[in-house]
Amino acid sequence: MDVECEHCKKAKATVHITDVPEKRERHLCEACAQTEGIIIKQTQQTTTAILQEFIKQKTGIETSDELTCPHCKITFREFRAKGQLGCPHDYEVFREALIPLIQRAHGSATHHIGKVPATADEVVRRQAGTLKLRRELDQALQDENYELAATVRDQLKDMDVSESS
Amino acid sequence: MNIDDLIPNMGAWLGGQGPHANVVISSRIRLARNVAQQPFLSTASPSQRQDIYDSLSNEVNRLFPINTALFIDVDNASSLDRQLLVERHLISHHHAVSEGSRGVSVSHDESAALMINEEDHLRVQVLSDGLQLEQLWTKINDIDDKLSERIAFAFDEQLGYLTVCPTNVGTGIRVSVMMHLPALKWTKEIERVERATRDMRLAVRGQYGEGTDVVGDLYQISNQTTLGSSEEEIVDVFSNKIIPHIVEYEYAARETLIKHSLAQFEDKVWRAYGLLSNARCISTQETQTLLSPLRMAIQMDRFDVINIQTLNDIFLHTQSAHLQKQAGTTMNGSERAVARANYIRQKLSS
Repeated sequence: MDVECEHCKKAKATVHITDVPEKRERHLCEACAQTEGIIIKQTQQTTTAILQEFIKQKTGIETSDELTCPHCKITFREFRAKGQLGCPHDYEVFREALIPLIQRAHGSATHHIGKVPATADEVVRRQAGTLKLRRELDQALQDENYELAATVRDQLKDMDVSESS
Repeated sequence: MNIDDLIPNMGAWLGGQGPHANVVISSRIRLARNVAQQPFLSTASPSQRQDIYDSLSNEVNRLFPINTALFIDVDNASSLDRQLLVERHLISHHHAVSEGSRGVSVSHDESAALMINEEDHLRVQVLSDGLQLEQLWTKINDIDDKLSERIAFAFDEQLGYLTVCPTNVGTGIRVSVMMHLPALKWTKEIERVERATRDMRLAVRGQYGEGTDVVGDLYQISNQTTLGSSEEEIVDVFSNKIIPHIVEYEYAARETLIKHSLAQFEDKVWRAYGLLSNARCISTQETQTLLSPLRMAIQMDRFDVINIQTLNDIFLHTQSAHLQKQAGTTMNGSERAVARANYIRQKLSS
């Protein structure tokens, strides 16, 4: 049975207490109970909420869940449920949230080093070529193959020259 | 040429030749590609799927015309034909059982198969016997170059080739090597190999790939990461480091086995031969399990009743769809078990 708040006479009473000395029953709404200092307003977040906020800040996953690709209309949440993206544009739309997942799947790698299709424009081809040479240089230095390292360094210099000319 | 013409052949991957053929049965490389400006198949409507199928089959048929390749409309193929293609490692199980317009172009020598509308729009794969990944990379790279001249593939400056599943993004390459590792299995050293390969982010699976159990001591080892290394680097690590290392390890285990347990090993081989040459009903799994010690003994010149070609013939042609296609009729499990035993006895006695 619904009981009216005995203080404001408007809201439904949800706080029911018994004053011990007088053995008097009181029925108050939440707002009036707070005013009378009977219950303390919840200003602190629960542990779960704090954790969720932390995960959100760290991964952006919660905020990304509602992101929708304007082309194929799938949401990031749907991708996470199925493990399959809907169209090539999703990599752009969901990029920020996808990169940590991609890193996890590919041993922390975040950049493609390898073949570039003939249809890619010259800038992309050049960038891919530079990345590959830098890796070859690192490997040559690691292997202490200084002759190869010098050759690769020259190739990188040549690329810089032709890029700026 | 039609699909039935494939049956008598062994296929490029089961020739029994090539480097390290005593341990490495076959090598395979596949590339995953998607057409730019088209939805992935996960969201494509039936008509979009059909458009992708039409345009890609047109391009694939230009590159592999009818005098060099067999094109199969997988959606309209019989379930037996689809199963036959799986058994010959020309299409994936997923391609056989999924729905909607899809196809495959198979080169006449079965060394190349291009699946249209598999998980990605296009999955190009090349196969060979033995460890021949470098040659396979040259071949598949050339096919991919030719396709790229006419098809704009979905590609991102940072992430490379874009795929339905981000686990394939980047190079879209999967390098797989099928290895016969009976001695590592028997000496239980295989567990160490499995642990080491997992640490190197490699997958170890059964012969039919993802989700299949290891039968007949045949292990398929493949890369799992496709981003952050070039195709050549991935191929090089497999060809010159990982696989030769496992081959050496298997040889060492075989030597140990011969040195310390020769009688038990020979007993295992001859019992297997006895069962295969006398059984009246036999399953695919039992057949492949029994063929394993025979394969090892033949490769070590310790068994000469049959050669490796006969063994591979039995291995391929006793699979369910092959048996039924050869008999020209569908058969239930019990009928297949009888037909399989008959086929084996006939091959072993000829």
